[in-house]
Amino acid sequence: MALYLCLVGIVPTFGERALIDDIVTLGQASLLLTALVVGYVAALRVRAGDPGQRPLRLVLGGTVAGAITGLSLTLLVLLGSVVDLRSIAQPAGPELYDLLTFDLGVPGAWLPVSVGALMGAIAGASLLLPVWLRRALAVGLGALILLGLFAGILRTPMLSSDLSDLGRFLFASNGLTLEGAIITVVIATGGDILLRRLDARKRISRLSEAQRRVALPPVLLVVLVVVLVLPQGLGPFFAQVVALVALYILMGLGLNITLGLAGLLDLGFVAFFAVGAYTVGLLTSTAEFGIAQWPFWAAVPFAVLIAMLFGAVLGLPILGIRGDYLAIATLGFGEIIRILAGSDLMKPFLGGPRGIINIPKPIDVPPNDFLAGPQQIYYISLLCAGLIAFVAWRLRDSRIGRAWVAIREDEDVAEAMGVNLVQTKLMAYMLGAAFAGLGGAIFAGLIGSIFASSISLQVSINVAAIVIVGGMGSIPGVVLGAIFLIGLPELFREFSEYRFLFYGIALIVMMRLRPEGLLPSRIVRREMHLPENVEAAGAPVGSNVAAEVQERA
Amino acid sequence: MPLLVAEAVTKRFGGLVAVNTLDFGIEQGSIVSVIGPNGAGKTTFFNCIAGFYPIDEGRITFDGTPIQGLRPDRIAHLRIARTYQNIRLFASMTALENILVGQHQHLSSTWVGAVLRTRGVRAEERAATEEARRLLAFVGLQGKGDVLASKLPYGDQRRLEIARAIASQPRLLLLDEPTAGMNPAETAQMTGFIRSLRDELGVTILLIEHEMRVVMGISERITVLDYGERIAEGSPQQIRNDPRVIEAYLGRGAASAAAPRADDVSRGADEEGPGIAASPGNGS
Repeated sequence: MALYLCLVGIVPTFGERALIDDIVTLGQASLLLTALVVGYVAALRVRAGDPGQRPLRLVLGGTVAGAITGLSLTLLVLLGSVVDLRSIAQPAGPELYDLLTFDLGVPGAWLPVSVGALMGAIAGASLLLPVWLRRALAVGLGALILLGLFAGILRTPMLSSDLSDLGRFLFASNGLTLEGAIITVVIATGGDILLRRLDARKRISRLSEAQRRVALPPVLLVVLVVVLVLPQGLGPFFAQVVALVALYILMGLGLNITLGLAGLLDLGFVAFFAVGAYTVGLLTSTAEFGIAQWPFWAAVPFAVLIAMLFGAVLGLPILGIRGDYLAIATLGFGEIIRILAGSDLMKPFLGGPRGIINIPKPIDVPPNDFLAGPQQIYYISLLCAGLIAFVAWRLRDSRIGRAWVAIREDEDVAEAMGVNLVQTKLMAYMLGAAFAGLGGAIFAGLIGSIFASSISLQVSINVAAIVIVGGMGSIPGVVLGAIFLIGLPELFREFSEYRFLFYGIALIVMMRLRPEGLLPSRIVRREMHLPENVEAAGAPVGSNVAAEVQERA
Repeated sequence: MPLLVAEAVTKRFGGLVAVNTLDFGIEQGSIVSVIGPNGAGKTTFFNCIAGFYPIDEGRITFDGTPIQGLRPDRIAHLRIARTYQNIRLFASMTALENILVGQHQHLSSTWVGAVLRTRGVRAEERAATEEARRLLAFVGLQGKGDVLASKLPYGDQRRLEIARAIASQPRLLLLDEPTAGMNPAETAQMTGFIRSLRDELGVTILLIEHEMRVVMGISERITVLDYGERIAEGSPQQIRNDPRVIEAYLGRGAASAAAPRADDVSRGADEEGPGIAASPGNGS
């Protein structure tokens, strides 16, 4: 694992960023963490196999596991000093070896083993601590890593604001300062212990319904204010990122109707996104391909309508297809639209790769206004997302929403209950398409132009992943999914080479640990986590039958 | 004139003739059973009536309207409802929501109305929910409306499936092995319940059943299928003594032996019914 991290090149990339200035780089931290986790898991195994709970065994188990992890790195250094490995794995150069041996070169090759063993031992020993302390320390460590990762993003705006002293104290030019790191760990650890002592969660759940209702408005207000001021003051880059996240929340909510409620796996979402974006482009652009030069807002309803129409036209022939086949068919449609947009055939109308430029901003304001640039896109997207969430929520508890869920659960039975499959599915598909079109329209406004290269399969996959990771059919899940899958990768642009690696890891971990999504809808959660009463009830019936059979024989 | 008439209905799967030139009729307000050994084509015949399988030859008329070739949802709109041999509820929906789906065709709210939650839509929803609760109570599931369908005990699932079917206010109800996997007490209860459906709601009932006590107890007429063909039709008394029926169930030798009690005839019931239906039982 550690070896893999090194050879893939994450460690060297992370190595350029310090976690704690001049002491530990992110790259080293990732290796230390690996040894720590391996040691911990090994110690857990030892404990499971050893009812006697002998402390020495735990530590020993952790140490051995950590040492093995480190050993692979030591061997790498030794091997690398003899043979040039760069032809096999490009990052395996002197820089990596310096990093692994703390700049000592080959004589320091023993360092990874011993450090790994040390980490493993610490992890093993941590099992001896009481649970609450272990938890608190883990929280502290997590906070340290998180803050270290965000150091670059947080520091710049802090320095330019009233918090500049605090910013200078916590963050060095490249990562956290030592003082900042210590304080972070102490605060996070202490905070966790304190919260646990107070039993915060239990207290909240003990509050009566009425008390909670009183507490709700202020909490919501705080959340609202945070959401509203989020893009302000953190710089244009951050504003751009949150605007993009908001846009993906909007589209995620749209697909949530198609995929989350009606269960139609639509991988051609980008087709309708493209239709919306190009419609706005054609209708509003003041440059070459513009045909009407309308204001932005006049074009948006048309974009939504035309996307919806496309949804109907594309949906009718393929909605009879079930399950995975539908995914393939929609994938195909998405690709057709994408290729068409960039093709020579459509070039006289859509501009091909050169695209349509000079799309006006939705709201025309001077550059220093609080609505300037990506900020306005953020607010517009959020507003539209709120609207879609409202629509989805109302529909969920209606005749149509129930028909969608019924189709998702069992198409044949839904039909036998009198649900018109084509009509009902088409409605879900068209609503999804309409919201994708809206997303495309706003995207055109955000960028100010639309190119064929903006229309990529990646958009469809991102949106589908948001819905699945967030939790099918759950509105808060979509929000969280968008933050995780769009926001974080954008914030860590410098590591963007490994974006898909992390995507993959995240999806695998999700499917292993929380197959229902981050914030699943209430019902799905109940379904996936309750014991199967049904089986229990079915068992005696089965045994009756067995007994009967025996009697007859 | 019978409510449902099937004339020379044939359904083939490749070379296999699952239902062979079957003639069948059911009078309004009666309870009729279709019995037969495993693979006799009983469920296939149900699927043909409900429109799930297109039939290859013949005619099916419901209340004078030809229904062969119609889509299942169109047939449902003509007021034919059904249940399934292996319970098929909407697992992630609550008991109440399952029944509300059954009412689908009687509700009229459009998506615009649902989003705006107009007065009409609200009134309709309230009435529908009330009706659903009444149906829950009718099948003995009062208070279980908010339980997920998949979490209900097996017997309750069977009852919920019937409640969902009668929520569509059917004139003809097709029950596919309603007592499969039930113990004798539950079976007796279900038998009484099926009779009350006809007596209180006036629903015509066609059922597939293996449990002979049920079949003989509540059926007014019985049709016996074997290899997709009708081998006998008549009152329970006639069927009980029909040598062809005994032969189909017990083989040629048994037919000439002293007339066996029909209660014992249920070749293979143990494999087809409960075994399958009881195992996952989540209705999906």
